[in-house]
Amino acid sequence: MARVPVAQGIFTWPGDDPRLIGSRCVACGIVTFPAQGSCPRCASTEMAEHLLPRRGRLWAWTTQEFPPPSPPYAGPTGDAFVPFGVGYVELADEVKVETRLTQTQGLRIGMDMELVLVPFRSDDQGNEIVTFAFRPVA
Amino acid sequence: MQGGYAQREHGTDVAIVGVGLHPFGRFAGVSAIEMGAIAVRSALADAGVAWRDIQFAFAGSYEVDNPDAVVALLGLTGIPFNNVYNGCATAASSLTLAANTIRLGEHDLGIAIGMDKHLPGAFSADPRLYACPSWYGELGQFVTTKFFGMKINKYMHDHGISAATLARVAAKSYRNGALNPNAFRRKPLSEEQILGSRMLNFPLTQYMFCAPDEGAAAVVLCRADQAHRYTTQPIYLRASAVRTRRLGAFEVHSPWLPIEQTAGPTVDVSRAAYETAGIGPEDVDVIQLQDTDAGAEVIHLAENGFCADGDQEKLVADGELEIGGRLPVNTDGGLLANGEPIGASGLRQVHEVVLQLRGRAGDRQVPSKPKVGYTQLYGAPGVAGVSILSL
Repeated sequence: MARVPVAQGIFTWPGDDPRLIGSRCVACGIVTFPAQGSCPRCASTEMAEHLLPRRGRLWAWTTQEFPPPSPPYAGPTGDAFVPFGVGYVELADEVKVETRLTQTQGLRIGMDMELVLVPFRSDDQGNEIVTFAFRPVA
Repeated sequence: MQGGYAQREHGTDVAIVGVGLHPFGRFAGVSAIEMGAIAVRSALADAGVAWRDIQFAFAGSYEVDNPDAVVALLGLTGIPFNNVYNGCATAASSLTLAANTIRLGEHDLGIAIGMDKHLPGAFSADPRLYACPSWYGELGQFVTTKFFGMKINKYMHDHGISAATLARVAAKSYRNGALNPNAFRRKPLSEEQILGSRMLNFPLTQYMFCAPDEGAAAVVLCRADQAHRYTTQPIYLRASAVRTRRLGAFEVHSPWLPIEQTAGPTVDVSRAAYETAGIGPEDVDVIQLQDTDAGAEVIHLAENGFCADGDQEKLVADGELEIGGRLPVNTDGGLLANGEPIGASGLRQVHEVVLQLRGRAGDRQVPSKPKVGYTQLYGAPGVAGVSILSL
């Protein structure tokens, strides 16, 4: 029984103060998430790792109220499926990140949001797979 | 604009002289190829030509790797026949490539074909095929319907559109579908039934979404100066174009977006098509828009220049998008009532516009004698197609 990140290299792990890991174009400065090896704006191949701000504002949102087609979806299905929120959070003036939201009710465009790590599913070995999400700032 | 055909400065003008359709819906035991052959025969009969007269073909499909295999049912004539796939804009690509083949003088008479046979349920794929990471799909974010929920939810917030407007748009499509013998869903649904159906991606309910289904369509095209050999009612293809997203557009399957914002590919392709055609949105009499969901129809109405953002609330309430309204949209029921066999969907739009411009759309005929028609497709991962047709 261990906590395991859903993927390597998308958020800092382990640690109490998680950050999303993006990239920044050395030539033109655009920020991407996740990190990628080339720039979608200026086509430079010089991209540097860049940790994203933990807080931002909700830019758009919806709810996912049915289990997504599987594969590729690997989370709980059937009676175990729990609807979740999805949205884009605008992180400072850097980038908008598409993310799970910790709730489906009470969401408002423009509200302050912060990064958290949440349980996603259990794997065959009983490990808890952890992913990133954003929640409204209390 | 001036009516009738006028020689353009560059290349040869193109006319549509035949359209054909295999009905859209569910057809157990009928293959996509067989539906394609039926649509082709219908278009050939409409044009009064035989398959052996056809000099080239383009065919689009998502499910069929080689839609050119339809020649096994039509005749092995050895023509250049190219297969096309370009997401939900596949049919716009088939039509554009076919038209350009004529414009460039390579051939005089050809056909664009679309066919598909999808399983029920939302489209899915390996996210890596869309340049997205695997975890994006694993987490359940590689879902097209969720994007449409987010886009209309934000649009409603920014421009004051109500959920009642979404329900009215969907109810109109099902009403129009009931008048269309080729449609998949032919039962009118009330606004209450639409709003009360299962919430899938807020604010979009089940009956606000179209469904993947089955069907085929075909369009026969020729040099405009030869059109009268085939028909007394040629429909001129004034523009047909495809564009993809630029950085900053709000697009499906985007794990991130930059801070900078720009218009989507529909806006870009729409402007390009109007420019090519020398026709503006104010000249258009009958409109076909990609209504993957009721919200997409609302947004696309503005993205294609037919109204300002936010005006849809009143236009819909006043019935202006109805068959008898000022901006008749999706007169055959659109994707909501016809479903979306991807390869065929855009040619179904052209089929409907051609019938409307000929004045032969039956119970759903726009009464104002339309002279100019417009079609638009949009889909993943950020591709759009537009065609403009006129008498």
